[in-house]
Amino acid sequence: MSSDSLEGWDLVIGLEVHCELDTNTKLFCGCPNSFGDSPNTNVCPVCLGLPGSLPVLNSRAVDLAMRIGAALHCDIRPSRFHRKNYFYPDMPKAFQISQYDAPINCDGWLELTTGKRVGIERAHIEEDTGKTTHLGESGRIQGASSSLVDYNRAGVPLVETVSAPDMNSAQEAKDYVSELRAILVACGASDGKMEEGSLRVDANVSVRRSGSKELGTRCEIKNVNSLKSLGKAIEFEAARQIAVLQQGGTIRQETRHFNEDTGETSSMRSKEDSHDYRYFPEPDLVVISPDEAWIGGIRSGLPPMPAERRALLGSKCGAGSPGTPSSNQVSTVVAHGLDALVLGALDDGADPRIALSRCANEAVARVDAALHLAPTSFSRLVTMESVGDITATQSKLVLGEMLDEVDQKLEELGGSTGGFGGYFEVDPEAIANSKGFEKLDNTTLARTLDDIVESNPGEWERFLAGDEKVAQFFVGQMMKSTRGQADGKAVISLMNARRDKKG
Amino acid sequence: MTSTQRTSFPRQGVRETAIAVKTRFQSASDVLSDCLEEIARCEDKIHAFNLVLDNQARQRASEIDDLIARGIDPGPLAGVPVALKDNICTREIATTCSSKMLERWIPPYNATVVAKLQDAGAVIVGKTNMDEFAMGSSTENSAFGPTRNPCNLDYVPGGSSGGSAASVAAGFVCCALGSDTGGSIRQPASLCGVVGVKPTYGRVSRYGLIAFASSLDQIGPLCVNVGDAALICEVIGGYDPRDSTSIDEPFSGLLDSCDKGVDGIRVGVVTELLAPASPDVQAAFTKCTDKLAAIGAKVDEISIPELSYGLAAYYLIAPAEASSNLARYDGVRYGLRVAGQDVESMMRATRSAGFGPEVKRRIMLGTYALSSGYYDAYYGQAQRVRTLITKAFGRAYESFDVLLSPTSPTVAFGFGAKQDPLDMYNSDIATIASNLAGHPAMSVPFGLGANNLPVGVQVMAPTLGEAVMFQVGAQIEGLAQ
Amino acid sequence: MTDQASRGKISREEVVHIASLARLGLDDGELDAFTRELGAILDHASTVAEIDLRDVSPMSHPIALSNVLRDDVLDECLELEDLQSNAPDFFEGKFRVPKILDEP
Repeated sequence: MSSDSLEGWDLVIGLEVHCELDTNTKLFCGCPNSFGDSPNTNVCPVCLGLPGSLPVLNSRAVDLAMRIGAALHCDIRPSRFHRKNYFYPDMPKAFQISQYDAPINCDGWLELTTGKRVGIERAHIEEDTGKTTHLGESGRIQGASSSLVDYNRAGVPLVETVSAPDMNSAQEAKDYVSELRAILVACGASDGKMEEGSLRVDANVSVRRSGSKELGTRCEIKNVNSLKSLGKAIEFEAARQIAVLQQGGTIRQETRHFNEDTGETSSMRSKEDSHDYRYFPEPDLVVISPDEAWIGGIRSGLPPMPAERRALLGSKCGAGSPGTPSSNQVSTVVAHGLDALVLGALDDGADPRIALSRCANEAVARVDAALHLAPTSFSRLVTMESVGDITATQSKLVLGEMLDEVDQKLEELGGSTGGFGGYFEVDPEAIANSKGFEKLDNTTLARTLDDIVESNPGEWERFLAGDEKVAQFFVGQMMKSTRGQADGKAVISLMNARRDKKG
Repeated sequence: MTSTQRTSFPRQGVRETAIAVKTRFQSASDVLSDCLEEIARCEDKIHAFNLVLDNQARQRASEIDDLIARGIDPGPLAGVPVALKDNICTREIATTCSSKMLERWIPPYNATVVAKLQDAGAVIVGKTNMDEFAMGSSTENSAFGPTRNPCNLDYVPGGSSGGSAASVAAGFVCCALGSDTGGSIRQPASLCGVVGVKPTYGRVSRYGLIAFASSLDQIGPLCVNVGDAALICEVIGGYDPRDSTSIDEPFSGLLDSCDKGVDGIRVGVVTELLAPASPDVQAAFTKCTDKLAAIGAKVDEISIPELSYGLAAYYLIAPAEASSNLARYDGVRYGLRVAGQDVESMMRATRSAGFGPEVKRRIMLGTYALSSGYYDAYYGQAQRVRTLITKAFGRAYESFDVLLSPTSPTVAFGFGAKQDPLDMYNSDIATIASNLAGHPAMSVPFGLGANNLPVGVQVMAPTLGEAVMFQVGAQIEGLAQ
Repeated sequence: MTDQASRGKISREEVVHIASLARLGLDDGELDAFTRELGAILDHASTVAEIDLRDVSPMSHPIALSNVLRDDVLDECLELEDLQSNAPDFFEGKFRVPKILDEP
């Protein structure tokens, strides 16, 4: 739907974002917190809910949760856990241990890149559930003959960040999630991988007549697995609600499921009594009561957050105001935690535009490797391109191979990037040399251009007559003749020089 | 004689046995053989055990003998035969909670107390019968049939650790572990004429104890004498990083306290806990306090009216926590499963077939107490009563070192005598307050009441007050003889 | 305190609802018995509901401990055989259950 059909209506959105914390072990036991292992191998009596087992809280999870709170400008308070009781096969104890009336973080805010502040109501700690897959033709819950449960994920630490209903468009919701994601990554709390379920978003959506102060009845949309889906789900849901209200109907408060294939939300079948969770204080755990020193240590140990880093990188790169391409590249680089690469290159005097482009495009596409590429190596590559030793096309190829090499070295370390925080040096010159990428001197280039002009006199006449489009023809021919080693810009300036001389 | 005659008698104690084994006066294997013979002779009448570990126990006893032969000290419980309540997890050994739900469940891990007993050289002889999931005061709620009181087979042994109490009273073992949520160690100890101790909440790790009510449950020993119980507490107690509610305080010197006498010790007799007791129990109890006074204790009566709310608060808190703790028995991962069309019907069928009536009753009560609209009135209010009682105890302990009451309002009762649940719940009237407050308490046999059945005296002490509790308990034991 | 609590009684409908929450299937006889027995127990419990305890804070733990934490270090996991041998239905390394009708 287009935003026009919202005319006369306001959209109100609040988001609940579940983030899996990047710990070694689960929230209440020493089982590995890792994604993709073979089913039911990362389980013990505690996370499997065996009779007699007891939970013991992971200190790292508490630290990370407090970091998130600090980064979101929350009050960090004494907190405790409750049991949320409900039956479901993926829930080993038939209750989830979660923070209820005393969450660890309350009352914060997050600033969008537009400058708008979104309130944070709470960011609390809880445990994840197991994973259910459905046997049957569809692979979905409907029509499945039976289901299979893997408890590797059961007990993985989560922080659920609940925003105030402060967002008013799908774009704002997407911006919020992007920014929150960047903050979570910056805190070291999460790898931010939505595709692996490290970040999961539920959206509370309601509509009201423009100008009305009263909130409409909201629906909670689940199963939103990407930013793109989030935008679509919100837009569909808003349109649906408006249509219902315009036809004189009422919105029923319910949970709705987003279908990625159809782009629609649909009512989820859930039992009437399923929301009587019978919360009560978890008797097997004690309160978390951080003192000033603990909280102070968390706050002072917090690395610079994305907003600050964007400002720094933006000013160093001379990036434009929010929304411009260079500013978007700055945001992308910061969101992926790759600012160190660009800053390193700038310190070495590289062209900021080139450093930013290589990082925001090629490096971000392979962020896992790029995070372990030594900034000095990246800097050398960007400098080579800046001074014209290699062309942009060549530079991208060399960077690709550099990251291949990093991947290889990570694999030698055991394939796990999680525990390794170091950098690898990779020599871009060696790679460029091995590929025969050598700087073509201007004399050679000029001679090649002469040859091409001679064989294509008609096109050259058109160029002289001021046909700018034909310039690309010459660039293409030059590339062909030099097997890609010619730099497009260098060719254009050679052509201009040739024209001016003749003229 | 008829079956009403005492079937067998307690065997020698823990310390005596350990010394005999360590000094090679008797081998661990011989000690065990005696036990197994006694079990073979009387167990079919008493039914103290759900499982007797014949082969494993023999193997373990011979390991102990080997150690001793090689001059290695197997520990303070060298060769001591011990029984475990069947809600304490034993690796690769069935742990059933006397429930059909867990009849075939084999834990893949040991409870912390089991590891501690083994490290101290004990020989685990078997798993004892109990009220299903520890819910009951007579062991009649076992899915595998009741246990009989070795003092008189026509009477219940009490509960829920009835099998543990009976196994010690019958002389099957030197010591048994039980669990006490509202009196489940002390009441059966009292009814079977043995010593039973519930330590301070957090003293003994609950890791591997199948939970009934997590904020009340505590493991403790049942023994033939007070000193043995002190030793067992020292062995099984102490900090455990696997239990977040475990107290990091030394748990030692208890045996020494047993020799200190009671001269000048201030003993408070709690009016509200004495009053409900039957005349025979009151008579035995009063004899005990008279004798305590005679050897130098300062005995006085104290009224703690808040305790009268204890039973009601307990029967809201314990079922509430139980309803949550027992929700995991859903037929998905372990234990019983009864087939169903869909997962919810499977869960419902499983739970309906797997739990007995008392367990269902408490799950229902607890679910209700926590459900939307009732939480504040029931569970929330009960938790406030808990504070009230704890504070009242605090005031009482300003004037007294220990508090005394009968452990159970009556001696052992007959099978089927208490059909009304409330009537049964009243058996716990004197014991539950210590669980609500988390305080230590013990039952020491003192004399006989109606039908020549044992009477137990309860000694209560403040948090971490085990030393003074054992000090007084040991004197009561002496006075009883 | 709610009116229901002060009444101290529980209706048969409530018993049905509670049984459903607790995933217990009760037959008519059990429903009748529980309605009666729970009513009597709740009657007794209402002595607690009637005390004025507004100034008393609730106690959920017998001991006042705080910040009991463990280090973020790996511990042993269970073997698949331990899971399989106890599982009612184990299939391809996972626990199999009959079809699920409702989302959580």
